[in-house]
Amino acid sequence: MSREAEESNRHLLRARDAMDRAYAEPLDVRAVASVACVSEAHFSRSFRAVFGETPHRYLQRRRVERSMFLLRETDRSVTEICLDVGFTSLGTFCRMFREIVGETPSGYRMGHGPIVAPNCVQLAAMRPQRPSD
Amino acid sequence: MITRLNVASIYVLDKEEALDFYVNKLGLEVGNDIRQGDYRWLTVRVPGERATEVSLEQPGPPLHDEATGAQLRELITKGALGGLVFITDDARGLYETLKARGVTDFTQEPTEHFYGTDMGLRDPFGNPIRILQQGKVAQPATA
Repeated sequence: MSREAEESNRHLLRARDAMDRAYAEPLDVRAVASVACVSEAHFSRSFRAVFGETPHRYLQRRRVERSMFLLRETDRSVTEICLDVGFTSLGTFCRMFREIVGETPSGYRMGHGPIVAPNCVQLAAMRPQRPSD
Repeated sequence: MITRLNVASIYVLDKEEALDFYVNKLGLEVGNDIRQGDYRWLTVRVPGERATEVSLEQPGPPLHDEATGAQLRELITKGALGGLVFITDDARGLYETLKARGVTDFTQEPTEHFYGTDMGLRDPFGNPIRILQQGKVAQPATA
């Protein structure tokens, strides 16, 4: 593996970290691509090659994971949680949640309580899998 | 019975750069720095006696063949290898100190949890580091 490829990986990882940190903000792929110092089209392609999914999908799964955390740990309403994690439309949030988790946000909340594991472990290990996997 | 974890190791891309980060930025101290021919046995540790030493290993010869070394470098820079978790007595104070020393690669600012306050960062190569201040914090859960 060349030094350029290692350097590129490191830039892409920095952009992925930015999504993990700022998922609650109105991020778009262009803003995240600028963290990696590359064009939007090149960014999506190389991100997918390195991490196995598009940056858009990565961010959606991060937002859904954080919403699952809030559903388990807090009694905030589904609408509030939807906005807390960076979705701007309740319809999109519920559709995305259902597609990724396989049930509705309120259905998920009923079946799950708090998990006693460090937050960093939850962030790293509990981002829901793509249904096609 | 095992009584202590003496050495754990992580992979870095460059030992000299790693030494600068772990000692001058993060505030660890050098444990061993011994050269044996081309090989450099380099460890860092939390200042103080009997702390576990963290061995900083560089992938490639003489530890691995070139191809294996390249695979490991790819995994390091993707952030896919394991990292380190440290304890601090003042997470927020340390966060400011690290920023003042030029650390920019934070993955999470100090955040309160039921088990304490912790933050995340990466070393220059992509390895994840968490630093935790233990103790209950009276704070509601936030994402």
